Amino acid sequence: MGFFLTIVTLVIALGLTWRYLGSYMAAVFENRVHFLGFVERPIYRLLRTSPEQEQTWKRYAGAMMVFTFVSLVFTYVILRLQGSLPMNPQHLGAVGPALSFNTASSFITNTNWQNYGGETTMSYFSQIGSLTVQQFVSPAVGIAAAIVLVRGFSRRKSPTIGNFWVDMTRCLFYILLPIAFIAGIIFVAQGAVQTLAGTVNISDPINGVTQTIARGPIGFMEVIKQLGTNGGGFLNANSATPFENPTGLTNWLSMYLILSIPVALTYTFGKMVGSIKHGFALLAVVIILFGSWVAFTSYAEHQNNPAVAAAGITSTVGNTEGKESRFGDTSTALFGVTSTSTSTGSADAAYDSFTPIGGMGLLTGMMMGEVTPGGTGTGLYTLLIYAIIAVFIGGLMIGRTPEYLGKKIQAREIKLAGLGALVMPIAVLILTAIAVSVAVGRAGPLNAGPHGFSEILYALTSQGNNNGSAFGGLTGNTPFYNIIGGIDMLIGRFGVMIPALALGGSLAAKDVVPESLGTFRTNNGMFVGLTIGVILIIGGLTFFPAISLGPIVEQLSHARFF
Amino acid sequence: MLVNLRRSLVMAVICLVFFGFVYAFVGTGVGQVFFKNQANGSLTANGSTLIGQNWSSPKWFHGRPDDTGPYAANPKENISGGDNPLVANGASGESGATNLGPRSKVLLADTMELVKYWHKLGVDPTPDLVTTSGSGYDPDITPQDAIVQIPMVTKATGVAPSKLRALIKSQTHGAQFGFLGSSYVDVLQLNEALARLS
Repeated sequence: MGFFLTIVTLVIALGLTWRYLGSYMAAVFENRVHFLGFVERPIYRLLRTSPEQEQTWKRYAGAMMVFTFVSLVFTYVILRLQGSLPMNPQHLGAVGPALSFNTASSFITNTNWQNYGGETTMSYFSQIGSLTVQQFVSPAVGIAAAIVLVRGFSRRKSPTIGNFWVDMTRCLFYILLPIAFIAGIIFVAQGAVQTLAGTVNISDPINGVTQTIARGPIGFMEVIKQLGTNGGGFLNANSATPFENPTGLTNWLSMYLILSIPVALTYTFGKMVGSIKHGFALLAVVIILFGSWVAFTSYAEHQNNPAVAAAGITSTVGNTEGKESRFGDTSTALFGVTSTSTSTGSADAAYDSFTPIGGMGLLTGMMMGEVTPGGTGTGLYTLLIYAIIAVFIGGLMIGRTPEYLGKKIQAREIKLAGLGALVMPIAVLILTAIAVSVAVGRAGPLNAGPHGFSEILYALTSQGNNNGSAFGGLTGNTPFYNIIGGIDMLIGRFGVMIPALALGGSLAAKDVVPESLGTFRTNNGMFVGLTIGVILIIGGLTFFPAISLGPIVEQLSHARFF
Repeated sequence: MLVNLRRSLVMAVICLVFFGFVYAFVGTGVGQVFFKNQANGSLTANGSTLIGQNWSSPKWFHGRPDDTGPYAANPKENISGGDNPLVANGASGESGATNLGPRSKVLLADTMELVKYWHKLGVDPTPDLVTTSGSGYDPDITPQDAIVQIPMVTKATGVAPSKLRALIKSQTHGAQFGFLGSSYVDVLQLNEALARLS
């Protein structure tokens, strides 16, 4: 009953968010809201730019890449200099070069893969100045890229697609900052820690134990971690720790924050292209896939853990290994699906200890390219890439030049969409193959048997999709995993984002073809079905052999332990 | 290119200032002024109600067998979040789970050890009591987890089972707003209440 109400309230809240945040975001990117003009204008002056100075997609992409590179350097340098910087009450030394590279790549690409334990590696200066900053910046970059693609559909014969600096500034100040700040207050009120005072020593006279408890500016990092679909927490165990995620309410709010922007962006899309129905069609794709994944994953987690069952303990509370008592089995599974169907990767449990099918639910959520609803911005543009492929296939079936929202989809668009859809699976599968072929790669997993393979596959899938969640048993802080992981994240980010920007540019340059009787409809059930089919075929068929070697074998090996 | 580089540097500094330090400092200020107790870690005289402790004496209700449970590296001086040495995977001093897969031999062996441990104490364990949590220091157990420990606590303290049952009931936090999360008992609060009782 509790789980049912959790879902119902989440659906109602997200429905309202879809409508109102969606239309607000459209207003932000169409330059129709100005209440923060006093912050914006000085920034534009400093940058020597203005909303009137529009860029071509190439200039837009150039600005984005240079800015991302500068962010990478800033993040890297702060981590390397950590030992000499202030706000370091635990006197932690510099972070090593390979780990700094991996972490910097991870946070600038919105991945937030963590090969370190936050409380024993990162000073408060690093957590705030290096990591939290990128948790604002990287989702803003993703949203900006999605808006470019949307403008591709909404503009006619336009050589330009917006101004990167303006889109970034407006996204950061009008969307991310206000929501994060309000949510941050709720998190701290619920018990999330927010202090700069360092660790605290406890000695309990009742049972005679002493503890050293790690603290920090956790609560406010926590909310932008979720809102920006970042996922990198302050503490090693992420949202499972009570200091990051203290109550049932914060757990619910985490899921709400994760889903709010990606879901609302489908409305923004509909609004900006002048057809809410098209936005709703994309939302329907998301709801159907997300709902199915929640259903089978939470069912799987409601079963007992095979090892616990074999030890003679029966369970009516599902698989409790690696889960927190205050959340329960099904809500934890819902959190897991939320986190891996977006590019978040935060975890309120140990995903490594999920049942085989539960773990498969998380893994395959990422393998579909994170489009259900996907990350902030990244979800929308990847979903649009799939929609373009669906339109193309639909067009082939009825023998007409495919069109989407009146824009002709031609060879260039299909090539770019194909590239965007295939870069991630190719990178993930090749890097996984490399990792299992070399000794340094095989040394990574904690678990033996098929689960060990799943740990490697999960790591590279997660990084390639900029998710950042992990089957935490893998020892990732080795030069090998730090470097291939860093490369995987950069390919997964820019291998999809640049084709998306190029698509935006090429579509914006086109005129709109008037709709006729023979036009393939892209706002009805048929189109929703076709898009779901394309997502399942690209995600499913590409990864099916790999999945069968991991979770499926594990599920089928009854009574065997590895 | 140079224009982009200059703009990028300016933007990176703006972001560092606004979204790093201003955001975190204002947030910390708000937290410290309005929610002082929560912002500092929900500390009581005996510890944090959000961080599990190692309760090894049968006179007290035990938490889940986390890093701070019966397998803690040094039960006298456990650091919050040191890893369970039998299944160690993380560094000591970090939060974290065992990360053992559902078909792991190690998990099976560990669980059997834990079942034995509870049987020795005269407790018929529930799943929560033989599995570790996600954070490694889950401060809570379910009411059922506390109820099965009543015979152990009664034997050690002499407090009547009916009294303990009432105590657990009074310390049970329901699901938030009636539906968010599970109902749970905070082990530290429960034992503090038990200390007041005896």
